[in-house]
Amino acid sequence: MQVVSQNDADLIQRILAGESALFHELIRPYEKMVYVTLFAMLRNEAEAEDGAQDVMISAFRHLKSFRGESKFSTWLVTIAMNEGRRRLRKAKTAAEDSIETSLEEREGDFTPTFLTDWREIPSEALERKELRGKLREAVDRLPTIYREVFVLRDLEELNQEETAAALGITVGTVKVRLHRARIMLQKSLVPYLKQNAPARKGFFGRMFQ
Amino acid sequence: MKLPCKQVWEHISEYLDKDLDAELLVDIEKHLENCEVCSAILDSTRNVLVLTADERTYELPVGYSDRLHEKLEDAIRDIRKIESDDRSG
Repeated sequence: MQVVSQNDADLIQRILAGESALFHELIRPYEKMVYVTLFAMLRNEAEAEDGAQDVMISAFRHLKSFRGESKFSTWLVTIAMNEGRRRLRKAKTAAEDSIETSLEEREGDFTPTFLTDWREIPSEALERKELRGKLREAVDRLPTIYREVFVLRDLEELNQEETAAALGITVGTVKVRLHRARIMLQKSLVPYLKQNAPARKGFFGRMFQ
Repeated sequence: MKLPCKQVWEHISEYLDKDLDAELLVDIEKHLENCEVCSAILDSTRNVLVLTADERTYELPVGYSDRLHEKLEDAIRDIRKIESDDRSG
């Protein structure tokens, strides 16, 4: 089955045949994806940018080994995730690592939070800039094992199998971690929405404002 | 409402991914029709995903693309040079 787009496949063939400059064109549609993956993992702009440059150079160097068994974007984002993991490991102490592994077995509180007001305000709320900042902060606070699954599935929109392959875990583990990540994010964002929910726009609201 | 709320919460993620057995899906949808709490939780979790997919949530630093391509150009030149040196040497 051909999973690589014809355009990507053509470009890759020509690059490998010697037209190196076309590599710029090949990666252009994916450069934001690579940066965002690294930024969400590393929580630091400069590190993410540096990492993105390394990822693209590495992709050029190893382009020959891309067999077309996945989409080119999936291959790139997998390299980005590995670069993110490598940089995180470098920065982190062994103690932090063991705390995170033990999370996996922990019976944590993965119960969502209920909020009555949410359903009445979603479209306005989602337009608020601070809320996007709050989401980024909440993603930053996710333990790495949950964050990496969330980044690949919900940010980069890889499917379950692609995510499992990229992280070297089973599809079942992808599902469990993704569920927990989403619930943790739901819990983080709900109180913030409650605090900042705009006043009701009903008849009386307008009269007395 | 045969299904307890807690059981619905456990399947929210799979529900959003449309990754549920037909039978369970019917039970959950029936529950959601009658349960404000669970539908609010579902909506808020879905909104997390909507926000995540919003292009504006994660933005590129100014000049990122220019710097990337500049760096790449240098790197490609270096790699090509090493390769041709290898071939001739």
